[in-house]
Amino acid sequence: MHEKVRSMLRINNNMRIITASIAVVISFILYKILAYHAVTIVMMIITILLSALPAVRKAVGALRYRIIGIDLLVTVAVIGAVVIGEYWEAAAVSYLFLLGGFLEIRTLEKTRASIKTLLNLAPISARVQRDGQSIIVSPEEVRIEELVIVKQGERIAVDGTVIDGSASVDEATITGESLPVEKSFGMSVYSGTVVSSGYIVIKTERIGKDTTFSRILNLVEEAQDSKAKTQKFMEKFASFYTPIILALAVIVGLISQDIRLALTFLVISCPGALVISVPVSIVAGIGNGAHHGVLIKGGEVMEKIGTLKAIAFDKTGTLTEGTPSVVGIKTFGYEEHDLLVIAAAGESLSEHPLAQAIVEEASKRNIVFDKKVSDMDFAMGKGIAFTIDDERYWIGNQAFVSHQQIDTDVLKAYINEEESKGRTVVIVAVKNGVIGAISLADTIRDTTKNTISLLKAAGIRHIAMLTGDNKQAAETIAALAGIDEVRYSMLPDDKVKAIRQIRETYKTVAMVGDGVNDAPSLASADLGFAIGAARSDVAMETADVVLLGDSLTALPFAIHLGKATVRNMKQNIIFALLVVTLLLAGVLFHVVDLSIGMLVHELSVLLVVFNAMRLLRFKTPKIKV
Amino acid sequence: MTKKTLQLEPLSCPSCMAKIEGMLKKTKGVSHAEVLFNSSRLKVEFDEAVTDVATLTNNIGNLGYEVLGER
Repeated sequence: MHEKVRSMLRINNNMRIITASIAVVISFILYKILAYHAVTIVMMIITILLSALPAVRKAVGALRYRIIGIDLLVTVAVIGAVVIGEYWEAAAVSYLFLLGGFLEIRTLEKTRASIKTLLNLAPISARVQRDGQSIIVSPEEVRIEELVIVKQGERIAVDGTVIDGSASVDEATITGESLPVEKSFGMSVYSGTVVSSGYIVIKTERIGKDTTFSRILNLVEEAQDSKAKTQKFMEKFASFYTPIILALAVIVGLISQDIRLALTFLVISCPGALVISVPVSIVAGIGNGAHHGVLIKGGEVMEKIGTLKAIAFDKTGTLTEGTPSVVGIKTFGYEEHDLLVIAAAGESLSEHPLAQAIVEEASKRNIVFDKKVSDMDFAMGKGIAFTIDDERYWIGNQAFVSHQQIDTDVLKAYINEEESKGRTVVIVAVKNGVIGAISLADTIRDTTKNTISLLKAAGIRHIAMLTGDNKQAAETIAALAGIDEVRYSMLPDDKVKAIRQIRETYKTVAMVGDGVNDAPSLASADLGFAIGAARSDVAMETADVVLLGDSLTALPFAIHLGKATVRNMKQNIIFALLVVTLLLAGVLFHVVDLSIGMLVHELSVLLVVFNAMRLLRFKTPKIKV
Repeated sequence: MTKKTLQLEPLSCPSCMAKIEGMLKKTKGVSHAEVLFNSSRLKVEFDEAVTDVATLTNNIGNLGYEVLGER
């Protein structure tokens, strides 16, 4: 019996809104024509029952756990209004509460949709080569090392390496860049990206939750609920505001004996706009960023971007292409070939960009360097030491090699000459002395200069470059890029110190790096920006703002978006506080009654959501540089 | 102690958060509860010997909110 009544009362939300809307309109017309006639009252009671039922149900549920929520307060206000014969007020309040809640869900869904659409880009199936035939399985069922075939128009379902075929791949989901990238043998491809033309066979390296795409989704999902400081403050404020207003309702009711006034207090006691003012802006801002390859990790990060005045850049891989190449080799008693065999064998174990360039050079010359390397020692940012065939080798900068009591005087002139050209010299030595030197150079990215100008236009007052490279290499790039302050020959520790110093003058400092060897400075800055971070797990974890693509142009966008989100948040907060103040004053001076109170309350929530929705369409303002 | 993340129906009113968190914190066996507003998720930590997901889902249902599933 009980269940039957329940199911009869359970009508679908849309039906409820429609019938309640019709009922409220009829009530109003009857009220205007007949005033409080029996027919009008019956119609109004129907409206109240239709509209208030969900609130009553929630209120009763909450009471079982002795929790007072807005539903209970509205329920009490509505019952109170009926008791004192204010049927129209009761009907209006319950209807507005129902309609408001309905519209809030619809509009909030819009602010959240931006992130939801990302989820929909997750691959749903993969075609694998298994037991000699190709079958379709779900992406989680693909095994590591298994071959996955992707045809034109299909979404790649795993992270892996292309082993056959070639295709142009739309990597917008991973990098935010819309131009397709050509992929062929040996290149990495990512889950969630789309083969726009061609055909590739991929050797699976990562599946499911381990793929870059999954990790991006995870970050975004975490970020949207990572609270801003202002949000915590607003929640605190609301948690005091509600009991105070309730107490006020009781006191005013007892003193003035004005039940209407007391009930009105109940209706305005839950400052909905205040509590959602910050989270709606943040979810919209983060959603917009995620669609442009910019992951901003939460509200607090947004707030810091809002006050950002200084940015420090890592040079290599950030302002420059990051792939230095070998431009000269000098040897002492060794063939270039033999020197490269040793250097490449040792450096192949290092991830430093200079190391990779040396390995690349050896590969380019088709040099085989499969020597057995043992006793590897890394000195971060300085060099490496290792042993091949019982001979100990040191490869690194001059300070590193000199530190081993190895005389580097023979290279003095060479190093001077190379460094004056902005090149970097890596010394190769054995215990008895220097056996060679490899000089390397890096080139500036073509987007760097423009990005720096855009940042200055966006209100960044100080731009510094922190690099482990020498003075000449640093200054060559700095001059081309338009950097304000250059610091060179820095170790990771020095960068951390430099950031502290810059902070003393400019308060909030961001560090921009590629996350390869600048994780400490990314972490120590107020804001760490990692560029091209789709390739590096560490960078994605450490950074506060992750620029998925390889392009610097996402940086000014990220800063504009952050600032716009903070502005939006502030507008919402000020508006919500204003509404709360006006409502309170209005109620005290008898300007605002029950239904107006509810109307203003619901409208203010909707306006706050609408304001946040503007962020979804935010684009970098066009600035002439 | 078990940690679970539950997906709730889309939350629209901020006061739902306080209600659901408040109820769970009063529930025996629950040591931590956090409602994530934007993703409409619940992160909850509880003692499996005392309570379970089904009980919590039921309690949340009594409050008037639907649990859509576990994540």
